[in-house]
Amino acid sequence: MYQINGYLEASTISEAIDYLNKNDNAQIIAGGTDVLIKTRERKGGYVDRDLVGIMRIPELKGIKVDAEGNIVIGATSSFTEVEENEIIKSNIPSLCTAVGSVGGPQIRNMGTIGGNVANGATSADSASTLFALDTIVRIASKEGVREVPIKEFYLGPGKVALNKGEILTSFVILKKNYEGFKGDYIKYSHRKAMDIATLGCSVMIKINGQIIEELKIAYGVAGPTPVRAKGAEEYGVGKEISQEVLNEIGERCLKDTSARDSWRASKAFREQLIRELPKRAINNAIGGGFNA
Amino acid sequence: MLKKINCIINGEPKEIEVDVRESLLDMLRNRLHLTGTKQGCGVGECGACAVLIDGNTIDSCIYMAVWADGKNITTIEGISKPDGSLSDIQQNYVDKGAVQCGFCTPGFVISTTALLNKNDDPSRDEIRRGLSGNLCRCTGYQKILDAVETTVEQRRNSKK
Repeated sequence: MYQINGYLEASTISEAIDYLNKNDNAQIIAGGTDVLIKTRERKGGYVDRDLVGIMRIPELKGIKVDAEGNIVIGATSSFTEVEENEIIKSNIPSLCTAVGSVGGPQIRNMGTIGGNVANGATSADSASTLFALDTIVRIASKEGVREVPIKEFYLGPGKVALNKGEILTSFVILKKNYEGFKGDYIKYSHRKAMDIATLGCSVMIKINGQIIEELKIAYGVAGPTPVRAKGAEEYGVGKEISQEVLNEIGERCLKDTSARDSWRASKAFREQLIRELPKRAINNAIGGGFNA
Repeated sequence: MLKKINCIINGEPKEIEVDVRESLLDMLRNRLHLTGTKQGCGVGECGACAVLIDGNTIDSCIYMAVWADGKNITTIEGISKPDGSLSDIQQNYVDKGAVQCGFCTPGFVISTTALLNKNDDPSRDEIRRGLSGNLCRCTGYQKILDAVETTVEQRRNSKK
């Protein structure tokens, strides 16, 4: 038995919002691959809660392209659904790589991309790629819908910009942020599956000939929240790609991040990864050619 | 709090009263006495409790019993043929020495079944990835991979 107080199944977004507003003890549960484990482990804040299930809400499901060409990903899309979706595969393959690196098949079949972000973990495999895409987080409450850039959605470890009575409904990836870009996500972990990233690095790059036109570099586990390497990005834009430029990008990424020691890896090791992984990810994204 | 749910388990429609605090694993083992599904870690790491929901593998230890309402569930008991004889996957696990203590085997057979339903000609790497949510502490995995590869080969040959 899970040590919970009760369970309510919401069938619409407004019903879920209603439960959240009425009950201070309510806790949203999507695929359960995080919440139920924390309940089992009796983590603070996850015991004796009234869980509100949202997996049967049709509006939270599905991946589509809207009238402006933006990609909208429903919050309860499972990792498997995102990985195997044709829209994502043909437009943002690095997001397929990212969600495909989560846990194992059973976890990917249940865990959702919304939950991956809403729980506020810096190690979330989907988060760094969503950062590199300048994703917009769509949030519903009884007042209506508001949109928050993903970098403002993360407030600290395990803390996100969801107020009482609010629910994350979807992610919007603007056309200008994926069209013409190439990308790659590299998860560095000790095992190839069923592991949490020691460090994750996601890159989106637009090149014209050998000139970097746009560059976005985002990390997981390189700070208390996922983070963009703005200084390195600004340095890279306009430069002709060369080994020296890649090396300098790696060095500058270090200044934009704040890795620390944990039992998984030392700060020094993480800093080495922070230097190396963007070079490899850029190299993979543009189809190779550098000694990354 | 009890809740009545309706689902199909191994092809049979069932109406079951479950506690909302129960996991699907609790329901299968304690209410339906389908004890082939094992509890290993209890936190979705080991895959011993894997079952199929509408054809997809999930870990039943971190799946609420109430979520099973309206779903089509296959447990290891539903993998064997109706006369109790083994499926080709199960037979190959036996023949290739892929079973030692056997505790992980039901989960592995479930994951193998789902993998081969999705991909009838997986590479060894694809098999590894398909089974990466299941842990085995006895075999060292090689014989499990052999059993899956043998099944793929046999199925391919029988189609010719």
